[in-house]
Amino acid sequence: MPLPAAGATGILEVESLTMNQFSLGYLAAGIGAGLAVLGAGFGIGRLASAAMEGTARQPSAGGDIRTSMIIAAALIEGVTLFAEVVCIILAVKV
Amino acid sequence: MIVLVAALLLAQAQPEHHREGVPVPETARPAAGEHGATLGHQEVAPGAVHKGEHEKSGEEHKGGIAEHIFEHVQDETVVPLGFWAGQRYVRLDITKHVINMWIAAGILLIVVGLAARKRAVIPKGGYNMLETFVMFIRDEISVKNIGHNNDQYTSYLCTAFFFILFMNLCGLLPIPAFGGFPGVSTATGNVSVTVVLALFTFVLTQIAGMRAQGAVGYWTHLVPGGVPGALWPLMFVIEFFGLFTKPFALTVRLFANMVAGHIVIFFLIALTLFISVYVAPVSVAFALGIFMLELFVALVQAYVFTMLSALFIGMTQHAH
Repeated sequence: MPLPAAGATGILEVESLTMNQFSLGYLAAGIGAGLAVLGAGFGIGRLASAAMEGTARQPSAGGDIRTSMIIAAALIEGVTLFAEVVCIILAVKV
Repeated sequence: MIVLVAALLLAQAQPEHHREGVPVPETARPAAGEHGATLGHQEVAPGAVHKGEHEKSGEEHKGGIAEHIFEHVQDETVVPLGFWAGQRYVRLDITKHVINMWIAAGILLIVVGLAARKRAVIPKGGYNMLETFVMFIRDEISVKNIGHNNDQYTSYLCTAFFFILFMNLCGLLPIPAFGGFPGVSTATGNVSVTVVLALFTFVLTQIAGMRAQGAVGYWTHLVPGGVPGALWPLMFVIEFFGLFTKPFALTVRLFANMVAGHIVIFFLIALTLFISVYVAPVSVAFALGIFMLELFVALVQAYVFTMLSALFIGMTQHAH
């Protein structure tokens, strides 16, 4: 399959379907979304394990630990969703 | 009331379609081809068959799935309003999200108004539940973070908490569009609304800082003590711009949490149309699970917004 000509910029004239700028954009959006969720999973997993351990050591502090855990999980998820919003914008605008 | 007026004023982020009927001068429209690089495939009519770009697995409608989903979470104009200010046209359209904010505010006023009538030493019924929430906000959030000045700020925190909670919960109601009514949706799923709420917190934070440390003292104490004199201007600039990251984080956290849940649910239901109708039981079960999660997230995000607002106000009460 012939590679695109040097000056080809339009989306409807490109011959090659593999590495034009739009497919790279979509690929980046997908990889970015996956990496963001990976970070969130690690972070909230560590948080949950610390909370479980703390509650096991002192069950009477379970309520306070649960509240703090939920707050921290919401904050970590907020950061993840920044990255997801960027990926959504990339996937829709590209 | 101020929230509604301010959000109406700042609701300039309108979607690309539904703009007919609004007079725009010739100079304000971008010249043809100017945005060629960024509009990408939207220059072609949406939903048309895209040659080569969107023929993944041979289904020609697959490229339109993102557009269909985003149509549901985006804003749409119901009554186009606006006025000319010199050369620019200031749009104050009544949109779907504005109407939803009014609905949430109306429900809030009715519920709190009815519940607050029966004041008694031993509260019962609706007043009891309302008092539980308000006491929770006052004792756990306001007093713990702000300290002894909390009377001045507890009313704002309660307003923010209940308004955001009601807007988030209204987004979960399945009331569709009929007649001229645009349907009930999540008003906090619009970045304009959350940016205005974060702006209120920001303004209140500055006012709280200036009340506690003096109008000039607040700005001079922005940079922590113990910084060498030569570094002070640079640190001041850094700290000044650091003031804006917190409202930005509040904005995006609330907006993204509300929108992400809806997009996932829409996509799961759309799988029933795009794969086959027999995936419907699994698809609806997953969507129900995400819906329950979204209910939880609605409560948690209202709480986190309020708690962070209280935290930021509390941080300005004392010099570093």
